[in-house]
Amino acid sequence: MNRRKIKSLQDLENLRQEILVKRDPQKTRVSICAGTGCLALGARKVITSFKEELKKQGLEDTVEIRETGCPGFCEKGTIVVIYPEGIYYLQVQPGDVPEIVEKTLVEKKIAERLLYTDPVTNEKAIHEDEIPFYKNQMRLLIGDNIKIDPKNIEDYIALGGYSALAKVLSKMSPGEVIEEVKRANLRGRGGGGFPAGRKWETTRNAPGEPKYVIVNCDEGDPGAFMDRALMEGNPHSVIEGLIIGAYAIGSHEGFIYVREEYPLAVENTSIALEQAREYGLLGRDIMGSGFDFDVTIFRGAGAFVSGESSALMSSLEGKVGAPQPKYVHTSVKGLWNKPTNLNNVETWANVPLIINKGADWFTSIGTEGSKGAKIFSLVGKVNNTGLVEVPMGITLREIIYNIGGGVLANKKFKAVQTGGPSGGCIPESFIDTAVDFDELTKLGSMMGSGGMIVMDEDTCMVDVAKYFIDFLVDESCGRCVPCREGLERMSEILTDICEGRGTEGDIELLEELSEVMKDTSMCGLGRTAPNPVLTTIHYFREEYDAHIKEKKCPAHVCKALIEYYIDGEKCTGCLACLKACPEGAISGDKEKVHVITMEKCNRCGICYETCKFDAVIIK
Amino acid sequence: MKKMTINGIVAQVEDHWTVLEACRFYGIDVPTLCHHDGLSPGGICRLCVVEIGKGERTKLVTSCNYPVEAGLVVRTHSERVIRDRKMLVELLLARCPSSKTLQDLAAKLGVQRVRFKVKDEKCILCGLCVRMCDEQMGAKAIGFAGRGKERRVTPPFDIKSEVCRNCGACMYICPVCQLRCQGPEPPSVVCGACLNVEPVCLQDNDDVMCYLDSCGWCYKVKKGVEK
Repeated sequence: MNRRKIKSLQDLENLRQEILVKRDPQKTRVSICAGTGCLALGARKVITSFKEELKKQGLEDTVEIRETGCPGFCEKGTIVVIYPEGIYYLQVQPGDVPEIVEKTLVEKKIAERLLYTDPVTNEKAIHEDEIPFYKNQMRLLIGDNIKIDPKNIEDYIALGGYSALAKVLSKMSPGEVIEEVKRANLRGRGGGGFPAGRKWETTRNAPGEPKYVIVNCDEGDPGAFMDRALMEGNPHSVIEGLIIGAYAIGSHEGFIYVREEYPLAVENTSIALEQAREYGLLGRDIMGSGFDFDVTIFRGAGAFVSGESSALMSSLEGKVGAPQPKYVHTSVKGLWNKPTNLNNVETWANVPLIINKGADWFTSIGTEGSKGAKIFSLVGKVNNTGLVEVPMGITLREIIYNIGGGVLANKKFKAVQTGGPSGGCIPESFIDTAVDFDELTKLGSMMGSGGMIVMDEDTCMVDVAKYFIDFLVDESCGRCVPCREGLERMSEILTDICEGRGTEGDIELLEELSEVMKDTSMCGLGRTAPNPVLTTIHYFREEYDAHIKEKKCPAHVCKALIEYYIDGEKCTGCLACLKACPEGAISGDKEKVHVITMEKCNRCGICYETCKFDAVIIK
Repeated sequence: MKKMTINGIVAQVEDHWTVLEACRFYGIDVPTLCHHDGLSPGGICRLCVVEIGKGERTKLVTSCNYPVEAGLVVRTHSERVIRDRKMLVELLLARCPSSKTLQDLAAKLGVQRVRFKVKDEKCILCGLCVRMCDEQMGAKAIGFAGRGKERRVTPPFDIKSEVCRNCGACMYICPVCQLRCQGPEPPSVVCGACLNVEPVCLQDNDDVMCYLDSCGWCYKVKKGVEK
């Protein structure tokens, strides 16, 4: 490995040229996603099979295998891309590897079977930009993931990495950097949407030394994984942004706070930091500029609330990760009471882009108040699950239908939950809303860190509210009264409603309690916790009413409020449901109408799924 | 010295004061459960919330740890503040109905019903005992354990602490140890509320005009200070 320290902008450029010369662009390269999603789907076996197969065919020297980060289309993992042609194979199993090697690598033909097939037109797509999931995105940050081996800094440098840092250190003053970021109007991607430039400036001007910079990778929203993909797939982009920020703020020590549940992110980032040090991009006298800066990785101890700034810093100090009752901003008095700038992974990763391409380019993307692109993790009842990066201002419809491929199993779209447990549910009537910080807030939801959960007609909105509140009951630190007591009571009331014990006045009590929690809670968790309840009441009040007044669950989800019946006219007496019922609640003889005994039925729904004649009815 | 406004009164306050200290200096009663002058602010019970700011852009902050600022406009008994305090007391009362302090507070704030399922906890987790043991007694024999609804005050590892001197300071400072009086009526969640006085002024004003302890409104009205 090259251990030469980069001493100047020219050095970096020379190194980049050396790497490019060393690499033959025409050499066949197999990029295989080794992100957490694909690994869970068996990517490790695919990689091993590739290595064995190449050995068998004697292609070890002519074909290079690259284990990359997550390109986002997790629904279709394991993803394998063959370069230089850029042939995109999806859902690759270890058994498919011999065919790929034989057909594509040896015969230079395409294995049609493994290409993306449009579910409607049945057309095949060969390249990334032909797949609708990718075609409609603006992949500024995660686009490079499939081209980069996160464990090899040369891949990042070859793509122009660290040039923004070189530019900053050689040509810009800290003030100019802050000015550029302010002009770009980069808003925090972690949820709050606070302008990063202003935060940097506050930290820079705050009295006290040393100053600290922190990357917040304590991503904990259910169903959200964009920070993980960046940290695992392209750690250098985050590190480069962090060093630029540290230079602008005047900090010499940084931390990357990664949650304990992301071991691969910790591994890849540790390697990235080590390599950056070897190349003189971290440590003393970075790139010969005289600027010193180094970074330590800290593994969070597993509390959702640790993502809150004061709780995160408390945790870093070695105390319990719980929010602190303070009215001084952490940018003035943060870690060890020193000025501390905390930004989310994605915010930091945007910084090199802004420096390289300029604030004018950045502000040309997005809406009036929200600039640039944002990564969302699109999950739930949607065809194409995965990470999508889109320009701010795109509508929810475009994300869900054009990129997400619509609702699963052609069901009717009901709502989309944005912003994680602190966000809200947006109904179909607002599906054409432009997605940006301010518009989502107006609807009672929020951008949050970018979770997006699609719900179909089979979703009970009371049950959804209960799910998020129960999550928060577990995750509340329990320090302040409104959050601890309020959430527990909310959960109690929602459980009552779902189990048929709801009474008149429950909705009003939930609303009143929500207002008080929003007003008086200590930290953001408690202040935003009522959002799922408030938005579901606001947009789906009739569902609450049905639960409370009619004791019915319109979506047939709440078990206490539904009953299964067998339609005597449709039942053929096939015994299928009778045999499947785990409780022995169905009685009947062959070719005679079956009957469900309600006292024994546990509402598991197996009979409903088993019956081929639609004879089982839910009421 | 800084100049700020509390309930319409122009107040001269010391630079290092909190809003709560300023309010109390001016004789305005702001209820607290987790505050003690000799201990660091807890910010836990949230009863001391006050509304700050003007016009549409007001927000609630806990006065016990909010530092005074020149020009700050504070309202200690606005409708929003009263509504929130009442709900907080209702929540606490549902948790711990046997406490005299909470019953008195409920009576004073006009909390007449509890809409939640009643529990019989003895502790409201205000943390006064924990701070007392640490900051004044220097022992740190007790602390918090657990998260969320599992949170509780306990010595480390739930065994009697070797550093505990049985000084009793924790019991002395506990705001909810004292049991409520049973009164002439049979025990219910909310006691007889002998102290209860309905704040009639709320019907005509956004702020409480008098609330047993002075809130400062009478002064304001007499002097003709504008809202």
